[in-house]
Amino acid sequence: MNKLSVFLKEFQNPVDEIGTKERASFLASRSIKNQTKIDFIKLAVSMIDLTTLEGKDSSGKVYSICQKAKFPLAGDESIGPVAAVCVYPNMISDAAKFLDGTGIHLASVATGFPSGQYPLKLKIEDTINAIESGADEIDMVISRGKFLEGDYEYVFNEIKLIKETCIQTSQKLSAKKKTEINVHLKVILETGELETYDNVRIASFIAMFAGADFIKTSTGKIQPAATLPVTLVMLEAIRDFYNETGILIGMKPAGGIRTTKEAISYLVLLNETLGYKWMNNDMFRIGASSLLNDLLMQYKKQVTGYYQSSDYYTID
Amino acid sequence: MNKLTVKKNKSEIIYDSSVEDSKHISVKNKYDLFINGKWVKAKKYFKTINPSNEEVLSEVAFADKSDVNKAVSSAKNSFEKYWKKTKPTDRGKYLFRIARILQEKAREFSVIESLDGGKPIRESKSIDIPLAISHFFYYAGWADKLEYISRSSKPEPIGVAGQIIPWNFPLLMAAWKIAPAIACGNTVVIKSAETTPLTLYKLAEIIQEAEVPDGVVNIISGDGKTGSYIVDNPNINKIAFTGSTEVGKNIMKSIAGTDKKLTLELGGKAANIIFEDAPIDAAVEGIINGIYFNQGHVCCAGSRLLVQENIANLVIKKLKSRMNYLRVGNPLDKNTDIGAINSKSQLKKITELVESGIKEGANIYQPNCELPAKGYFFKPTFFSNVSQAHRIANEEIFGPVLSIITFRTPKEAIEKANNTCYGLSAGIWTSKGSKVFEVLKQLKAGVIWANTFNKFNPASPFGGFKESGFGREGGVHGLLPYLKN
Repeated sequence: MNKLSVFLKEFQNPVDEIGTKERASFLASRSIKNQTKIDFIKLAVSMIDLTTLEGKDSSGKVYSICQKAKFPLAGDESIGPVAAVCVYPNMISDAAKFLDGTGIHLASVATGFPSGQYPLKLKIEDTINAIESGADEIDMVISRGKFLEGDYEYVFNEIKLIKETCIQTSQKLSAKKKTEINVHLKVILETGELETYDNVRIASFIAMFAGADFIKTSTGKIQPAATLPVTLVMLEAIRDFYNETGILIGMKPAGGIRTTKEAISYLVLLNETLGYKWMNNDMFRIGASSLLNDLLMQYKKQVTGYYQSSDYYTID
Repeated sequence: MNKLTVKKNKSEIIYDSSVEDSKHISVKNKYDLFINGKWVKAKKYFKTINPSNEEVLSEVAFADKSDVNKAVSSAKNSFEKYWKKTKPTDRGKYLFRIARILQEKAREFSVIESLDGGKPIRESKSIDIPLAISHFFYYAGWADKLEYISRSSKPEPIGVAGQIIPWNFPLLMAAWKIAPAIACGNTVVIKSAETTPLTLYKLAEIIQEAEVPDGVVNIISGDGKTGSYIVDNPNINKIAFTGSTEVGKNIMKSIAGTDKKLTLELGGKAANIIFEDAPIDAAVEGIINGIYFNQGHVCCAGSRLLVQENIANLVIKKLKSRMNYLRVGNPLDKNTDIGAINSKSQLKKITELVESGIKEGANIYQPNCELPAKGYFFKPTFFSNVSQAHRIANEEIFGPVLSIITFRTPKEAIEKANNTCYGLSAGIWTSKGSKVFEVLKQLKAGVIWANTFNKFNPASPFGGFKESGFGREGGVHGLLPYLKN
């Protein structure tokens, strides 16, 4: 047996679908009120990877999303900025320019997003290009076809190679620019295509063992994208991995999270599965775009006691 | 990036309190007995308190022998005069009415149940009250279909049912007992438990509002003595008791030689069996739900955890970390997981048994949580290193205390699970479907859950083997004890 199968065997434990859904919906029913609600809304905003991943993305669109990332609530700096902006590789250099000096991270999807059905050579090149263009976070996709074929070794090696590429390219770039660059790797499992929770758990461990800094649910291009139960399964995998190795892995649910209520449910799940160490944007991100304005609207409601019309929130 | 300043304990962020509003409820200062559709004064009254802060909620009547006689004659009278002649569809109609009014008042009942009994509002809102309502709806539907389950084409009621219920699920137990009894055409004298009389008297108000004929349901309160007056009354035809095994035995003795029918739902010491191939995270939730649900005041609680030896350490480790997230405190806070122990005497009993566990050498674990200064609270607790020979492995604790016992093979698990004087419920956790059926055939328990625990449904019968009692409540089985033929 090779190292990977020994490792997977150690964590092989069936996931009960009904039990997982029950636990997730129980946690979602927690009553988050008053100051905790304000705290959680602010936290959620600070965890957002503000995302635009469309064929029609242009320099103008990226400019406005970067502005929104910096100042989510125009004229009110008590909330924000978001954690990162997430774009396609061709948009990185524009985004890097707009975000320069803000401390906001720049994430790029890579490795033949969203399908991942490209030769490994191109995936590596895609990654190098993204980092050299200015991304400091890479959101890669796994090869779901290979995973479902049962070729875990391939999936593992691919992630490992991309991770090594991230490290090497960071080092090269650090030397060149004489600043510390440390590119983080988020591994997208595309749970909607893996379908079963058992698959999600196995894929989570393959990704963590191969060197992922974050594991992420979805591309946003496949339904269902992020759900509470699937996130719970991944959080439990992160917890078990941490208990065994002492390594903290981050989590990013992405796609389909649109309301404050949902975002708060995700934070409750996180709080009561992994705890305080993960309740920050170094360890948890939410991939979203329309969620941000709902969070801002609820934030204003909590602070002032009144709902404002949606016209008060910028649409960038 | 802005860093948050939030309250946290060693593992998680603490949520602000989110207390259920209790201003909307109406509880009278004093409750008389509910006999023959009217409020009847008693000679004595006693206080009922909120166990989470020891404040008095109300005073209720203490029924003595003459009061019990009054209630029983009212029930007998209304049985003979009209209830047994009432058309089955009409009996159904009254039950539907009760169910619907209860549904409208669910929020008020939930709050009162939590105030009087100490259980978390989350549980009374999502389990106690909705389940009670669904029992009334379920049996309302049966009232005019009894010939399909009876051996006779003209099923007949038994007469007057004397019903005595416990304090752990007051309204739900009342629904379990009243609904099938009156659906079959019996009349009822029901006595609430000493520490939790309020929701039953609120139910009496609903029964009045639903215009159920006078005397069909008589509701009284008192202590064990009051219960014995019901049991001994010659006009009682059927007794349904839920409570301790000790009292159940006394009831059997005192009705020996009479033709009173009897069903008993008594204690338990359920085995929750975790096999090596179980989905462990779900099983840990099942353990938590099995023993800490309603502070462990559950007769079918999974109070003995039987875990396969090769995964015991992992399960215990996960259980410990899960227990750090349990919130103990104000029952009315919507985020409370474990509320108050029902009474001072129950707290004493739990404390005493836990001390015996320590003395007999088992390893105790309690999470590092703070308990409120006032009221009756007990930390969620488990003992590892427990053998069959420990008191805590045999006696029903009826509190948030779990005993962990290991086994090596399925055969040993079954032997240990059955090695108890009780036989109410059991749980099986495995990812192998065939193992579920192989094991459950051999377990001597009335209710067996697979890969879940503490799930209830009005259509599913509930009851025990051995010293956990006999007779079934719920489902079709729950109707049969209330029919003569």
